[in-house]
Amino acid sequence: MQQNSYPLQHETMLTFPPVWASQVTAYLTSEEIVLAWLEVDLNTRLHFSSGIVVVTNRRLLAKMAEEECWQDWSYQQGLKLSCRDHAGVGNLELFDTQARLAQWCYTLGKNAGVHHLIAEFTQQLHFRLTGETPIQRIPVKCPKCAAVLSSAQETCPVCNQDAHIPPSTWTLFRLWRFARPYRWRLLTGFLLMLGGTAATLVPPYLTMPLMDNVLIPYQNGKPIDVDLVTIYLSGLLAAALLAWILGWSRTYLLAKVSERIGADLRTTTYEHLVKLSQEYFGGKRTGDLMARIGAETDRINLFISLHLLDFATDVIMMSMTAIILVSINPWLALVTLLPLPIIAWLIHLVRDRLRTGFEKVDRVWAEVNNVLADTIPGIRVVKAFAQEDREVARFRAANQRNLEINDRVNRVWALFTPTVTLLTEVGLLVVWIFGIWQVSQDQISVGVLTAFLAYIGRFYLRLDSMSRIVSVTQKAAAGTKRIFDILDHVSSVPEPVKLVTLPAMTGRIELRNVGFRYGTRSVTRDVSLVIEPGEMIGLVGHSGSGKSTLINLICRFYDVTEGAILVDGVDIRSLPIAEYRKHIGLVLQEPFLFFGTIAENIAYGKPNATRKEIIAAARAAYAHEFILRLPYGYDSLVGERGQALSGGERQRISIARALLIDPRILILDEATSSVDTKTEKEIQEALDNLVQGRTTIAIAHRLSTLREANRLVVLDGGKVVEVGNHTELMARQGYYHHLYLSQSRNVDTEDHLAELDSAVRVRGDRV
Amino acid sequence: MNQPDYQLSRNAFGRLVLVAKNHQVYEGVVPIRAFPVTASDESIALVSAQGHELAWIENLNDLPEEFCALIRAELISREFMPEIKRIDKVSSFITPSTWWVRTDRGDTAFVLKGEEDIRRLPPTGLLITDSYGIHFLIRDRLLLDRHSCKLLDRFL
Repeated sequence: MQQNSYPLQHETMLTFPPVWASQVTAYLTSEEIVLAWLEVDLNTRLHFSSGIVVVTNRRLLAKMAEEECWQDWSYQQGLKLSCRDHAGVGNLELFDTQARLAQWCYTLGKNAGVHHLIAEFTQQLHFRLTGETPIQRIPVKCPKCAAVLSSAQETCPVCNQDAHIPPSTWTLFRLWRFARPYRWRLLTGFLLMLGGTAATLVPPYLTMPLMDNVLIPYQNGKPIDVDLVTIYLSGLLAAALLAWILGWSRTYLLAKVSERIGADLRTTTYEHLVKLSQEYFGGKRTGDLMARIGAETDRINLFISLHLLDFATDVIMMSMTAIILVSINPWLALVTLLPLPIIAWLIHLVRDRLRTGFEKVDRVWAEVNNVLADTIPGIRVVKAFAQEDREVARFRAANQRNLEINDRVNRVWALFTPTVTLLTEVGLLVVWIFGIWQVSQDQISVGVLTAFLAYIGRFYLRLDSMSRIVSVTQKAAAGTKRIFDILDHVSSVPEPVKLVTLPAMTGRIELRNVGFRYGTRSVTRDVSLVIEPGEMIGLVGHSGSGKSTLINLICRFYDVTEGAILVDGVDIRSLPIAEYRKHIGLVLQEPFLFFGTIAENIAYGKPNATRKEIIAAARAAYAHEFILRLPYGYDSLVGERGQALSGGERQRISIARALLIDPRILILDEATSSVDTKTEKEIQEALDNLVQGRTTIAIAHRLSTLREANRLVVLDGGKVVEVGNHTELMARQGYYHHLYLSQSRNVDTEDHLAELDSAVRVRGDRV
Repeated sequence: MNQPDYQLSRNAFGRLVLVAKNHQVYEGVVPIRAFPVTASDESIALVSAQGHELAWIENLNDLPEEFCALIRAELISREFMPEIKRIDKVSSFITPSTWWVRTDRGDTAFVLKGEEDIRRLPPTGLLITDSYGIHFLIRDRLLLDRHSCKLLDRFL
């Protein structure tokens, strides 16, 4: 029985850190079993150190590396182990009823084991005090994705997928994934290239007999053999024509293929990008992402269609030339090919420095783009505060950095090409010297030397152009890496492995001990709430109390870090994301209108909606009349941000948008707070239409707008502090009462405040 | 040095306790630096557990000795922004990359997820966020040794 009670014992010891294992084992009494442990990496002064906290079936043990002996606490009444965290540092504390007994600190990387440790401790304590035996195995969950792990210290296989493998030039080979569909065309192109290159090698070869059999005999007094000359010259012409045709068809075919590869790459990247979670976009800058998808794919495309093609031709030509040279005269060939390794070594030498340089150029280019992406959308703020000059200065500074870095790269790069040219000349000189000597020794004919010189001229010419491949390859590799950075990013809101489909949704939402952490900041803690179908809930609280976070979690823009959200009893993480979001209508504070007609904007969530449906939705949203007043009615174009419409009008269009998809769950995130009170009344009427019969969650700054709510949920510091309707909450005289009073005290001034508010907004940050 | 109009002490649970002028007692008071990076000893707020500001300290050194010590101790156990003194090595120049660094809080290693996690602080400082969101500070990158500079330069 004993063994069954502690199923974790064996596994726990298996994963125990070896540094501590012997120390712990030595300190344990007989029949004492390790149940859970936490390796801490900070001391209480927050210096990096190491230590361990162990829960056994007898007591709690702990030791830091710099401490001499173990500390231990046996289970007794009143002990409490709890954790909290702040700014990336976790704090595990042990209390009894009088005081804090001990404290341990760790970085959040160790966070995974903490909850398990506390759970084990609490369970053991309970068992020791009450003698109740139901000791169950506590499932260990990954704190990030809630996948069940086999032991507390195991890293989650889902979250740890981006195991830090350093990518290199080999990243280029990852492009094969996109080239694969075109492999047959690529092969044809390659064969054409082979033929074309061979054809270009014929003319120098013909100079040999032309020299030896025609020109030199003529100089020695023989007449020119016209037939022979005709044969040789027509051979030259034929080779040139063949090379032309093959070269043309090869370039056309491969350029066509590479264009397609580039297009696929772009679409795939964009497709992946838009499916990534909100979290990803929060951490990236628009300019950078735009540069990646636009410029980088273009660079890769150019690399494949132009540079890679050239390079392949060069390699083929060089190997063919080498073979021909050796077959004519091995000794001369040896001397000719001698500079090759030196050049190869030179290329290798510069390669590293250039790559770093080009990566820097890329980054700095993205920086220039970022300045643009920052200021153009915020141009009203820039103008309102008359900061044009500063923004220009910022842009100039970014550009200056761009210049500096380019200058540094160019210094290396500029040296590179002339050096290759110099080596070419030196190589030719060597061939001349050795060739003349061989001719004088009658080892080779003048024709052979001429042919060699003709070949080698091309040969070194190719080397020169080949050296360019170094930089473009590095650039393309850097670009590929940046593209694959996006492609490799696994959505932090992953599609479930096992799909559950909900054909019809009633809209019952249940939040079970929901917790959410943004970076190191814990935003929402232990929120539990059940929302019945058709119920309207108002979320109330100061800004920063976690209202919007809760909504983001319900929409699954983010995934909960702890607990679960269930809709109709199903965890939303097991529903297909797109399917789930179809049931959600979202009306935001700042409605976003896409460039297009009003009808298209209303039908955004349901592109195949009929005109009748669109009008019905617009009528219900009280948008119909003002739309008709526009010069082109429903066909009126609205700009990038719907500039031509007022805030209230835009909001009503977005309400119509939500109405049209007829969602079961409706979310109103400060839907009326960016407009004045008069417009608010109009919007409110539209909203009343929208809310009917749907599960509604509304956030509103003005409590008066939540009159219709069945229940109000008051949040503070990421926790639910009060739940109830207006009357109940007022009677309770608690947090809500306080909030309401502080607002109603300003009720006379509210309009005035609203005006002030919007005036500030014109100048302020929310423009 | 001026005597503040509140009392500050630490209770047995390790929490700071502030007794205000009106004898109101606040437990679990935390000191928060308004400018942790740019002005660390100035502008510190004492904030209640609910997040309300109870007292404002213009400069820590103006406070009585014992208050100052209490606040410093609390700050030490709360604030965690290791300052990188030297970069020993990095696993690769392409992110994600693991950095082995020496900081004012001992040696450690962390994972840099992407170059965008390195933020420039004017004029020459850098704030590096690791994969767990911990901030590492480089106060002046020009003062780092040559080896560190060379490694760092590859990421800037």
